[in-house]
Amino acid sequence: MVDHARAESAGPRSIGRAVVYGLLILVALYYLAPLFVMLATSVKSLDEIRSGSLVSLPARVSFDAWSKAWGSACTGADCSGLKGNFWNSVRFVLPAVVISSLIGAFNGYVLTLWRFRGSDALFTLLLVGCFIPFQVVLLPMAQTLGWLGLANTTTGLVFVHVVYGLAFTTLFFRNFYVSIPEEMVKAARIDGAGFFIIFWRIILPLSPPIIVVCFIWQFTQIWNDFLFGVVFSSGERQPITVALNNLVNTSTAVKEYNVDMAAAIIAAMPTLVLYVVAGKYFVRGLTAGSVKG
Amino acid sequence: MQATAAGLARPRRSTLDALEAALPKIVLGPTLLCSLLFVYGFIVWTGILSFTKSRLLPNYEFVGFVQYASLFANERWWVAVKNLCVFGGLFVSVCLAVGLLLAILLDQKIRAEGILRSIYLYPMALSFIVTGTAWKWILNPGLGIERLVRQLGFPGFTFDWLVNPEMSIYTVVIAGAWQSSGFVMALFLAGLRGIDDSIIKAAQVDGATMPRIYWSIIIPSLRPVFFSAVMILAHIAIKSFDLVMALTGGGPGFSSDLPATFMYAFGFTRNQIGVGAASAMMMLGTVVAVIVPMMYSEVRRSRRG
Repeated sequence: MVDHARAESAGPRSIGRAVVYGLLILVALYYLAPLFVMLATSVKSLDEIRSGSLVSLPARVSFDAWSKAWGSACTGADCSGLKGNFWNSVRFVLPAVVISSLIGAFNGYVLTLWRFRGSDALFTLLLVGCFIPFQVVLLPMAQTLGWLGLANTTTGLVFVHVVYGLAFTTLFFRNFYVSIPEEMVKAARIDGAGFFIIFWRIILPLSPPIIVVCFIWQFTQIWNDFLFGVVFSSGERQPITVALNNLVNTSTAVKEYNVDMAAAIIAAMPTLVLYVVAGKYFVRGLTAGSVKG
Repeated sequence: MQATAAGLARPRRSTLDALEAALPKIVLGPTLLCSLLFVYGFIVWTGILSFTKSRLLPNYEFVGFVQYASLFANERWWVAVKNLCVFGGLFVSVCLAVGLLLAILLDQKIRAEGILRSIYLYPMALSFIVTGTAWKWILNPGLGIERLVRQLGFPGFTFDWLVNPEMSIYTVVIAGAWQSSGFVMALFLAGLRGIDDSIIKAAQVDGATMPRIYWSIIIPSLRPVFFSAVMILAHIAIKSFDLVMALTGGGPGFSSDLPATFMYAFGFTRNQIGVGAASAMMMLGTVVAVIVPMMYSEVRRSRRG
């Protein structure tokens, strides 16, 4: 293969290949630039930020901005950094992901292998939840959470994210289970296995790929959410995305760009790590979830 | 043996059987109830609010179309609508163009394709708030790109879109396209990989050049991908909220407002619930106008296929 490439490298085709590679690398640099600028800015001192260049490497690496963003940066009157909001996010994201995926798995199982008359119509009814702009449910939900005593609580955020995540999780599992032959379930039913036994013994062992896809999709969606966070929580209870936005938009005498950038990277870290570790599943979820949704 | 077991248990089995038969419906029930209440019910509720006198608190005194009238008389709403057209149009076309170009380039048996693909797609893992924060810093007129280009030897260069009311909405396009075009690339790449090679080989035998093959065979056959990409991007554009909040906060003034930020401002910070509800209903109407044709054509296609 190497020889083949070399043999070609003299002709006009090699110029074409060079242009293709050149373009691809140029675009890649453009995509990486904001991440680089964020990282570089976050470890520079304010003096260096003011006197240096946007794209230069830091002369001296300092993590002061990082510790300030985590532990002592001020958003409004509160000067305890983002750490509380980071753990807030963890506290509501994980239960919301697990619960919505679990319910979605059962829904998908019913909608493919235990279909009843009208179940397809019900699925269509459910799918509408993927399409609506959430602005149209915000005002009633704010009032309902108040009535239920869930306003500005972790439970309230879990509830909201589960309710509006179900359409997606159901879609994921339904589209995955639809390829399982119904004969498998029929055979198990003749052997006397019931609804839950079949799910536990036959369906669940087949499910790890879709569980991973669904988890990653839900985690990314809910961790990155801003709308529900900003509407349904306030003060200390806010998720990290809302706290980051407050931090960046708090007007202070001296604008600390390095702290802003460190805070942004902290907020992005969990989903970025997930992307690096399980990028394949992330992309699969993205295409599966969005082609329909 | 099984027959006897079933025979023995028959009296009790009938109720159990009924329960077993109803089990799928029972399992699906809570989700359906949620959907009915919190999606359909809340849409109706918001619709009702939009016809009432509600301001700081919901108030169920009906006033007809007054809130819609005050919405349509509001200059800020029309700025938001115009911005949605500008942002939506540019965002969708830039993402499509960049996504298609990258997909075609990546489909040329590129080494390290996996790494390049991951680089183009990583912004999709970020929150729009993070993207907005990063671009707000890069586009900062004092210390960002403007100063960088001046340092490179162009002292007269100005790039103040972020603080220029005429141009602020375009910064949202820049950041939005940076975040979403990699995803469109992934859609197109999947489409390209699904095309039958033999058609392309046949065209090559007939002496067609590669650009011509792309233009008249490959790109037309990606029609369904174009269609779903446009729908998804339009959907993202209509719902765009976080990016504007983080990047410009809707400003300067309200020059970069979108309907989503308008709705938030009136429904939650300016105590005009009625106007907020009316604007939310208008957003829903826009999404329906985009989605219903898609659903319709999807159904028609699957019936034909």
